[in-house]
Amino acid sequence: MSAIANAPAHDHHDDHGHHHKETFITKYIFSQDHKMIAKQYLITGLIMGIIGIAMSILFRIQLAWPEQSFWIFEALLGKWAPDGVMTPSIYLALVTIHGTIMVFFVLTAGLSGTFSNLLIPLQIGARDMASGFLNMVSYWLFFLSSVIMISSLFVEAGPASAGWTIYPPLSALPQAIGGSGTGMTLWLVSMAIFIASSLLGSLNYIVTVINLRTPGMSMTRLPLTIWAFFVTAIIGVVSFPVLLSAALLLIMDRSFGTSFFLSDIFIQGEVLSHQGGSPVLFEHLFWFLGHPEVYIVLLPALGITSEIIATNSRKPIFGYRAMVASILAIAFLSTIVWGHHMFVSGMNPFLGSVFTFTTLLIAIPSAVKAFNYITTLWKGNLQMNPGMLFSIGLVSTFITGGLTGIILGDSTLDINVHDTYFVVAHFHLVMGISALYGLFAGVYHWFPKMFGRMMNKNLGYIHFWITAVGAYGVFFPMHFIGIAGLPRRYYTNTEFPYFDDYADVNVIITVAAIITAIAQLVFLYNFFGSIFYGKKAVQNPWKSNTLEWTTPVEHIHGNWPGKIPSVYRWAYDYSKTKENGEYVIEGQDFVPQTVPLQENEEELNH
Amino acid sequence: MTVFLVIIVLALLAVTAWQISKIFQMSKRPDADTSQVANDKDNKLNGLLMLGFVIFLYVITIYCFWEYGRFYLPEAASDHGSEYDTLMFVSIALIMFVQIITQGLLHFFAYKYKGEKGKRALFYADNDKLEFIWTIIPVITLAGLIIYGLFTWSDIMNVDMEEDPMVVELYAYQFAWRARYAGDDNTLGKANVRFIEGVNQLGVDESDSYGKDDKIVTELHLPVNKPVLFKFRSQDVLHSAYFPFFRAQMNVVPGMITQFGFTPTITSEEMRQSEYMVDKVRSVNEVRKERSKALMAQGEPTLDSYEFDYFLLCNKICGQAHYNMQMKIVVESEEEFNAWLEEQQTFGALMASQSENVDRPEDTAGDGDTDTPAETREDMEEDENTEEPQESDAVAVVEKK
Repeated sequence: MSAIANAPAHDHHDDHGHHHKETFITKYIFSQDHKMIAKQYLITGLIMGIIGIAMSILFRIQLAWPEQSFWIFEALLGKWAPDGVMTPSIYLALVTIHGTIMVFFVLTAGLSGTFSNLLIPLQIGARDMASGFLNMVSYWLFFLSSVIMISSLFVEAGPASAGWTIYPPLSALPQAIGGSGTGMTLWLVSMAIFIASSLLGSLNYIVTVINLRTPGMSMTRLPLTIWAFFVTAIIGVVSFPVLLSAALLLIMDRSFGTSFFLSDIFIQGEVLSHQGGSPVLFEHLFWFLGHPEVYIVLLPALGITSEIIATNSRKPIFGYRAMVASILAIAFLSTIVWGHHMFVSGMNPFLGSVFTFTTLLIAIPSAVKAFNYITTLWKGNLQMNPGMLFSIGLVSTFITGGLTGIILGDSTLDINVHDTYFVVAHFHLVMGISALYGLFAGVYHWFPKMFGRMMNKNLGYIHFWITAVGAYGVFFPMHFIGIAGLPRRYYTNTEFPYFDDYADVNVIITVAAIITAIAQLVFLYNFFGSIFYGKKAVQNPWKSNTLEWTTPVEHIHGNWPGKIPSVYRWAYDYSKTKENGEYVIEGQDFVPQTVPLQENEEELNH
Repeated sequence: MTVFLVIIVLALLAVTAWQISKIFQMSKRPDADTSQVANDKDNKLNGLLMLGFVIFLYVITIYCFWEYGRFYLPEAASDHGSEYDTLMFVSIALIMFVQIITQGLLHFFAYKYKGEKGKRALFYADNDKLEFIWTIIPVITLAGLIIYGLFTWSDIMNVDMEEDPMVVELYAYQFAWRARYAGDDNTLGKANVRFIEGVNQLGVDESDSYGKDDKIVTELHLPVNKPVLFKFRSQDVLHSAYFPFFRAQMNVVPGMITQFGFTPTITSEEMRQSEYMVDKVRSVNEVRKERSKALMAQGEPTLDSYEFDYFLLCNKICGQAHYNMQMKIVVESEEEFNAWLEEQQTFGALMASQSENVDRPEDTAGDGDTDTPAETREDMEEDENTEEPQESDAVAVVEKK
């Protein structure tokens, strides 16, 4: 099937490069080339990331030194910080927009968008995505939704401030909180466009992986990155439309007087006419996306690390089939565990039991993945490139954050830690930090492919080590104040003298957060500096097996100058030896996928 | 402010370090390795750092357990709470065991197998037995945890009506709580926000005879060792009733009634006397004294010293003053509780007093002004409640905006 689909595309592409001239606009702005679109996603994602992280620093300062005056508040927040003191309403808005930006704009679009676009065609041996045009539309919808989200920061009554989960009625009623007026409308419009963008992207990825694999690239020879992107795209297609429906129903409740989520509300001295709706319905719809979203964020990061750990360990990834099975199992289970966010929402306790069961099941494939990573390192020849460091860091935070999931996924234990800082610590480590590490690992590793230059490794080391220590410094102590009963999303804890002796911990967390954020400036400097002044890259700097390293350093439309390469083996023949104990290719500890089976070489089942 | 300065200094130090590293880099000899791919030196350094990192992880783990472990809530003040705590400790012990071993292996391997030129990695792609083992071990452990957890869960969530629990409604609105006791018939009168009018701030249905003996209060009193069944109702948005000391929590959802039942087992007085709480209150008061000194220096009012009381807090983002939506809980002996409850006005009496007053002109004016129930509260006696000033704070915050 894939061979048939390839043949005509092949003919068409052979004479590429002759028949149309690229202008600045078609090359850099409305580009249909997947490599350029990947870069657009990355840079947009990074800019959104800067905004999102800056917001977190602002509210961390408020949490450490509550209700004190800071010039930075006055400078950045203006009327929301009279005399430099942050107001409760902007605090909630910052928390909300930080969550939204980081989850959707940085870790969904910035991570999956960047690397799916860059790597899917390159690693499966395709000239481009199945539809370059849809791919371009997908990026520009993402860009538009980013612009709308940012513009919502400037509306009169403030941006959305009902938390990134936007539970109604708080998000539906401007009377309940200022941000639920125009700010919330813009949030919903932005997210609706974002979902459209994500769907276009995901459908494109799925079609491309199924149809455009080069001859010889069977599904079991796909690098794990592609498996991860492929399955991520499927989860996205299954779950994002549900969020869209939730958003549409919420828009109707807000603007057209329907009562899907609203019932029996008395606010600001009057009874609203809404009757019969249920906020719990919204919670179900939201988390039907919201939970798979965690894996939409995480799976690409795990795929990227699988590839980078194998390459830099100079060893095949341990248990390839188990890794693929884990990805599939996680993807399947991720769609039936959403109720663990709702154990105390008022839904039937029996449902809670079912969701506890499915949730703790998901720990099994996750554990298999963690063990397989550790075994991949065992007896390797580890090349400590920055990408590798971030990959090991990811495994570390994935384990730490994943383990606390066993507590939160247990309906009983969730009762007393639900919505406390324990939850904040858990999900930041397991999805936030882990996925960010995946993003960084990917950027360091594929920077030469994207920009034809190398990033500075020493700055990479500085970046990694400060970030690694800082991230644990931020989130490890958080578990303890959470388990002590401190609720999240509190503007200040000073109203409860009982919490007074946790104040020091909050200062430590904030200081760690600020140091970690500053370390990201090192990354930004390295990233943007290396685009222009980095050392010129060689074709295959990491001595990797996958197909993207067989393309020339200079980007060309269509990826390979001549014929597209054929594939004869899986992507993980690192340090493979023949029966006589010599490397398969003499003097070289890797065998690219394009190399046919050699004499005396044992054939694996791939 | 000083801490902020410290941060700036640290930031500048970091920038300096980075600049110095740049200078070193630029002053490198031209024949130095500039490929930007890790060489043996990098592998060795980062391998060592990996080892250092896992030691760092162990150290902060020990430090946090040592220093912050005492923050863990005091002995559970409810019947099911001890079960909860046991399950929690079992789970924490288990995950810490796995955490220490896996992090150790991960970072130790990263150190041990750091790359060297000419070294050979082992081609090791699969081992079905090994993979089976580490699939089946989590399966068994998790099965145990799931079963244990589910038994506890159904114990907690299934309210045993045969024990005849006392029914109490907790009513949430932006940004405070009310409690409604069901009275002698132990049955709450029907209620809906559409009945809210004048002093009937909880919207109790006047035509429902069960509601006549209900008692609405602003402070939650509970008799010790007597099962209570809470029915939760919200006036406006989602709230969550979080009772950390009783290991209990339930969301409060507009348009529906949720419930949670537990039996308090430790009175407020006993909890205050407990060793844990004496220490805790002392350390809180030390912090408050420090802070008061700073406040005094700025000429601001100082903080009162703290005395422990159980509290209920809102744990679902509900608006601007979410952070200060609390209610005092008093657990006391049954006699004390009955005496206290006796003093409270019934809903029937409350409505009767309103209709008496209806001729008074200022009250009709007051009727239109039911902005928040807090403002028409003069009919409620019991003014020792602590949240009154804070509540007006909350309102002030809203108005300031």
